[in-house]
Amino acid sequence: MTVQVEIDEALGREYEAGFISDIESETFEPGLDESVIERISKMKGEPDWMLEWRLGAFREWLKMEEPDWALVDYPKIDFQAISYYSAPKSMKDKPKSLDEVDPELLRTYEKLGIPLIEQQMLAGIAVDAVFDSVSVVTTFREKLYEAGVIFCPISEAIVEYPELVKKYLGTVVGRKDNYYSALNCAVFTDGSFVYIPKGVRCPMELSTYFRINEQNTGQFERTLIIADEGSHVSYLEGCTAPQRDENQLHAAVVELIAMDNAEIKYSTVQNWYPGDENGKGGIYNFVTKRGICHTSAKISWTQVETGSAVTWKYPSCILKGDNSVGEFYSVALTRGRQQADTGTKMIHIGKNTKSTIITKGISAGRSNNSYRGLVKMMASADGARNFTECDSLLIGDKCGAHTFPYIESRNPSAIVEHEATTSKVSDEQLFLCRQRGLDPEKAVSMIVNGFCKEVFKELPMEFAVEASKLLEISLEGSVG
Amino acid sequence: MSNTKSLLTIKDLYAGIEEKQILKGFNLDIKPGEVHAIMGPNGAGKSTMGYVLSGRDGYEVESGSVTFNGENLLDLEIEERANAGLFLAFQYPVEIPGVSNLEFLKASVDAVRAANGEEAITSSELLKQAKAACKQVNLPLAFLKRGVNEGFSGGEKKRNELMQMLLLKPKLCILDETDSGLDIDALQLVAEGVNSQRSPDRSFIIVTHYQRLLDYIKPDFVHVLADGKIVKSGDASLALELESQGYAWLENGNVEAKIEE
Ligand SMILES: Nc1ncnc2c1ncn2[C@@H]1O[C@H](COP(=O)(O)OP(=O)(O)OP(=O)(O)O)[C@@H](O)[C@H]1O
Ligand SMILES: [Mg+2]
Repeated sequence: MTVQVEIDEALGREYEAGFISDIESETFEPGLDESVIERISKMKGEPDWMLEWRLGAFREWLKMEEPDWALVDYPKIDFQAISYYSAPKSMKDKPKSLDEVDPELLRTYEKLGIPLIEQQMLAGIAVDAVFDSVSVVTTFREKLYEAGVIFCPISEAIVEYPELVKKYLGTVVGRKDNYYSALNCAVFTDGSFVYIPKGVRCPMELSTYFRINEQNTGQFERTLIIADEGSHVSYLEGCTAPQRDENQLHAAVVELIAMDNAEIKYSTVQNWYPGDENGKGGIYNFVTKRGICHTSAKISWTQVETGSAVTWKYPSCILKGDNSVGEFYSVALTRGRQQADTGTKMIHIGKNTKSTIITKGISAGRSNNSYRGLVKMMASADGARNFTECDSLLIGDKCGAHTFPYIESRNPSAIVEHEATTSKVSDEQLFLCRQRGLDPEKAVSMIVNGFCKEVFKELPMEFAVEASKLLEISLEGSVG
Repeated sequence: MSNTKSLLTIKDLYAGIEEKQILKGFNLDIKPGEVHAIMGPNGAGKSTMGYVLSGRDGYEVESGSVTFNGENLLDLEIEERANAGLFLAFQYPVEIPGVSNLEFLKASVDAVRAANGEEAITSSELLKQAKAACKQVNLPLAFLKRGVNEGFSGGEKKRNELMQMLLLKPKLCILDETDSGLDIDALQLVAEGVNSQRSPDRSFIIVTHYQRLLDYIKPDFVHVLADGKIVKSGDASLALELESQGYAWLENGNVEAKIEE
């Protein structure tokens, strides 16, 4: 058997999270106009200012063009064919406790390996579970509240903590920022809200688990994390969707605010349905994630991206305060016909700001994997530094890896370093592993895991194990 | 000796790569516990022999047979051969960045154990054995944490191959020029590594260009491989002869006649 054949076989694996939950939903008719936005806002019981904010974004969006600069190719999305709201019927009366939550919903998460019953959960991780357009449950809220930490669905935060939301929402990713973020501002349905008060070290990992279930529904989630002065939080995000023949749209916005001396660590394991071998179905993942660092603050993005048919995502840091630090660690694996155009933007404004970018792109099958990154040194960024390392690993010879680093420096004292490598899983490496007794799949997954080590070590422990398992499953059948 | 069952029997093997025939009527018989040295000029087919025996992709067997431990070796996949006890120490070991030596050793040992119906080795037992192996091949313990061959010097890579051999406890070890690129001390280490592993149920094929290795490892047989086949076999003294006279007297013209002289 040739290496290529082996890899191709290994890649033909099944998507494990591809089941559909049989849950009765209340779903809007497809279509988008101001009345749809009014209905969403009303469903959520939002104050008037929120509705106005949404409508303002919608009017901006109508004037915008869908971007086409990314190295991804997909048929034009018909935004009128998408439903903008879907929620399990049982969620209508807002269950007050877990006992009131539809057991089928709990089972869905259990099947995905996320038990929502607190006693069964991994100690030390609080979960907000978002199902289509609503948050189903948020665990450990009381315990967090004792520490002064607010962790709740954003729809609830809008009602309960309007001053905080009003003050920060849209300050990092403005309503006019880009096409998909404008759309998100208009129609976002749920997501998580986090506030860590001054000087508090969040006592547990916070996580949100996004699940798209309903057909022809877009998921537009919105996450806002505010870490007040000197506080610290680690936040994890996971995503899956059923296996469907139609493409589905996921357009999220995440905003992070790290006040002076605060630190936010944001980790993502993204495993949206990638579509089948021939590129049928799968999620279009168009995401805007951005954080702002005030003086001596630090934001660290770590992502492991294995899913989605098309990924368009650039978690970024605005290093506004002096001595602030931005980090971006990424593993993006594409196989089959997947396309990923992902990277980061580091905008250095403050003095002595530092950023590190380490990305590992793995392409197999007929997929395309691009790194696109911008490092911008503003005139004010005296002594700023960036280090970028982009490594690509090719499995087989029908896939592509591309690197698009953009560097803009307006300050002569700023230092920008960029390194890039492209390598292949070589016949020699596979042969060595097999000569030592490993089967080809195990051999490839070990080689790929080794390639990603620098990034995996940035993930929280449980997630690192998860991520390397996910990689192993994703690579099954891809040995060749 | 002659009535013991052979561990490896290669009969009239014709094999090569990409249409190029390299082994041309290769014969070799190895009994359990024997140490065979194979010498011969560059390009004779020594490494090819190792690759063909271990089943490397791209190497095609045209005719002939290879029996290993009673089985038709040529029917087995690469990893099946490894799990059956065939080990190849590479002439040019490849790097696997980011995969620690220890991780790699564990995966290999477990693969071999699983194939033999044994349970995975415990981490503490593996660590114990790995530490002992490090000591034996004189590699600092820090090498266990480093990526497989990642940034190792030529000699360190060779020692690392030996370390894997020590942990995997194969039935047949093929060492392809494990002694080249080694300093004199290391040469002795390789020899000690081999000698310590010599046992009635482990055989060796040692490919080397240098007689001096054979000063430390007393081979039972020495073979000369030239142009794809064994042209002369003898005991350890043959190596000395080769050292002083080179290969030319074997290759040119009528080999038999020259040996006769
Ligand atoms: N991929 C290949 N394609 C064509 N010829 C090859 C290939 N690989 C090896 N050869 C040739 O096969 C012959 C035998 O090579 P091999 O590496 O087995 O020699 P060797 O006896 O190990 O030599 P050395 O002592 O230099 O290690 C050489 O002539 C070599 O050039
Ligand atoms: Mg050789």
